[in-house]
Amino acid sequence: MTLAPVTARATTTGAGPDGAPPAGTTDGATKPRPAARRPWRRHRREYLVFLAFALPNLALIAVFTYRPLVLNLYYSTLQWNLGSRTATVVGLDNYVRWFTDPRSLEVLRVTAVFTVATVGATLLLGLLLATVLDRRLHGRTVARSVIFAPYVLSGVGVGMVWLFIFDPTYGALAALLRTWGASSPQWYLDRDWALVMVIVVYVWKNLGYAAVIYLAALQSVPRDVLDAASLDGAGPLRRFWRITVPLLSPTTFFLLVTTVLSSLQSFDLIHVMTAGGPLDGTTTLMYQVYVEAFVTGRAGYSSAISMILFAVLLVMTLGQLRFLEKKVHYA
Amino acid sequence: MTGQRTSSRPVTTVLGGYLPMLGATAVIVLPLAWMLLATFKNSGEIVSLPIQWLPTSLSPDNYVTASEKAPFGRFFVNSVVVTAVGASIKLVLAVLTAYALVFVRFPAKKAIFALVLVALMVPPHMSLVPNYTLVAGMGGRNTLWGIVLPGLGTAFGTFLLRQQFLTLPASIVEAAEIDGASHWRRLVSVVAPVSAPTIATVALISIVNEWNEYLWPLIITDDPRLMTLPVGLTLLQNIEPGATSWGVLMAGAAFVILPVLVVFAALQRYIVAGLTQGAVTG
Repeated sequence: MTLAPVTARATTTGAGPDGAPPAGTTDGATKPRPAARRPWRRHRREYLVFLAFALPNLALIAVFTYRPLVLNLYYSTLQWNLGSRTATVVGLDNYVRWFTDPRSLEVLRVTAVFTVATVGATLLLGLLLATVLDRRLHGRTVARSVIFAPYVLSGVGVGMVWLFIFDPTYGALAALLRTWGASSPQWYLDRDWALVMVIVVYVWKNLGYAAVIYLAALQSVPRDVLDAASLDGAGPLRRFWRITVPLLSPTTFFLLVTTVLSSLQSFDLIHVMTAGGPLDGTTTLMYQVYVEAFVTGRAGYSSAISMILFAVLLVMTLGQLRFLEKKVHYA
Repeated sequence: MTGQRTSSRPVTTVLGGYLPMLGATAVIVLPLAWMLLATFKNSGEIVSLPIQWLPTSLSPDNYVTASEKAPFGRFFVNSVVVTAVGASIKLVLAVLTAYALVFVRFPAKKAIFALVLVALMVPPHMSLVPNYTLVAGMGGRNTLWGIVLPGLGTAFGTFLLRQQFLTLPASIVEAAEIDGASHWRRLVSVVAPVSAPTIATVALISIVNEWNEYLWPLIITDDPRLMTLPVGLTLLQNIEPGATSWGVLMAGAAFVILPVLVVFAALQRYIVAGLTQGAVTG
């Protein structure tokens, strides 16, 4: 399909086979017009091939990734309902409104709790699981795949399954709690329990990713260092905390950056399990962006919130790069 | 970490090895088993107290009911089309762009690659409203192309394949060049075949992502005839509230989850490698 530009024309330099560089340069230098100043002419065929190969993808990225980035900034200054043909420029009003709305503080609290809890639990449990799977156990490759599997499953499907498990009357968890004489919390109706529920499922779904990456890193920890420490009388716990954990710090750093970003942007689970409720108890910044644009229809306000979320993501990433990278121990 | 040394002490191997490994595996498997079992329970079995763990029959009633309440056959076809078309176009574009960035002469290639990298870091939520207005304005609401189009440009695939192409020894491409092979021929007969595992990885990741994609299809469709499986599943959730419909909802969830589980079981090596690749190189 993109064959045409490659085969169509003869080379402009008239030299040998397609794109052979030595012929091209000598040829160009002897000509009266310095070819080096006219790279378009000299390499026209190459350039056309490049454009034919790369332009469709680059254009799509420009239209559907870069253009929205700029437009979003503009939309955030509008009072504008989604689908409406008219909009009023209101400057920074949307931002002022968000920062002065007492609800926003609650959204920030939910976002912070959700992010810290999911990232912390994912990394900690992921590391523990990785150390288990690093042992020479029978069936550990199967276990590794099983533990990774939820990461590739649909968030909507997973959320639906867990919603049934958490059902306070007919769910599997309620049944387990009853056998221990406890009654199920009102996962759907209580704000705090609803947040706990979403966090648990998020960790369940993403744990395998952290575990597999930690496992790969563990397998590159040099044995001789551990053996030397062992000879010096360091016990297994001490070796783990003093040698393995510091040697893993680049991996921890990488996981921290990536899991914070994906946690801040999570949507599917929240949408299917709680739809941000009850009473906004699970409404994160990301969820608020969606609700304002596509439920209440206030697209300008939503764009302002998505700029705020973008700023949070930037600050988190740059902050982690700046402050944590210094402490990371690169082996 | 201390595998060989502790293997001589069976107690620690069991307590610190097999027990947590089996525990973690069970925590992953049991919810999915619970879903599968529930798809075969009738509504009486679903709401029975004390809980009834196993269904009494393997009747497909819930799958049938789910398909009657919401057009799951249609959802399935839509998902297959969106996934097949979206993932193949994405893959072709990524291979072509990565090849061009590595092997074809062009000014400022480093800057172009930097722009691709930055696009990789732009959070997807930023483009929701602008892309919605654009695609809706083009008449893309409730169309399959409207679902596919905004995701076609691929920064991730381009990045992964470029890194792979850079590791190829220059000699094999130069040999083809001396033979007078065009760029297209060099790509198709030399570069692509030796990079097959990475290309397969990018293909699998694109397939899984397209299949699971939820937020964009949710926004751009409200006609059940054009919905994909995940969106259709939440439609079913709205149609069928109440405790007795859990069996039907689990059947709907199984429609979404099982195809990916099967693909994953068959090809998990490539998928795990691809999804964790960034970590190993970074």
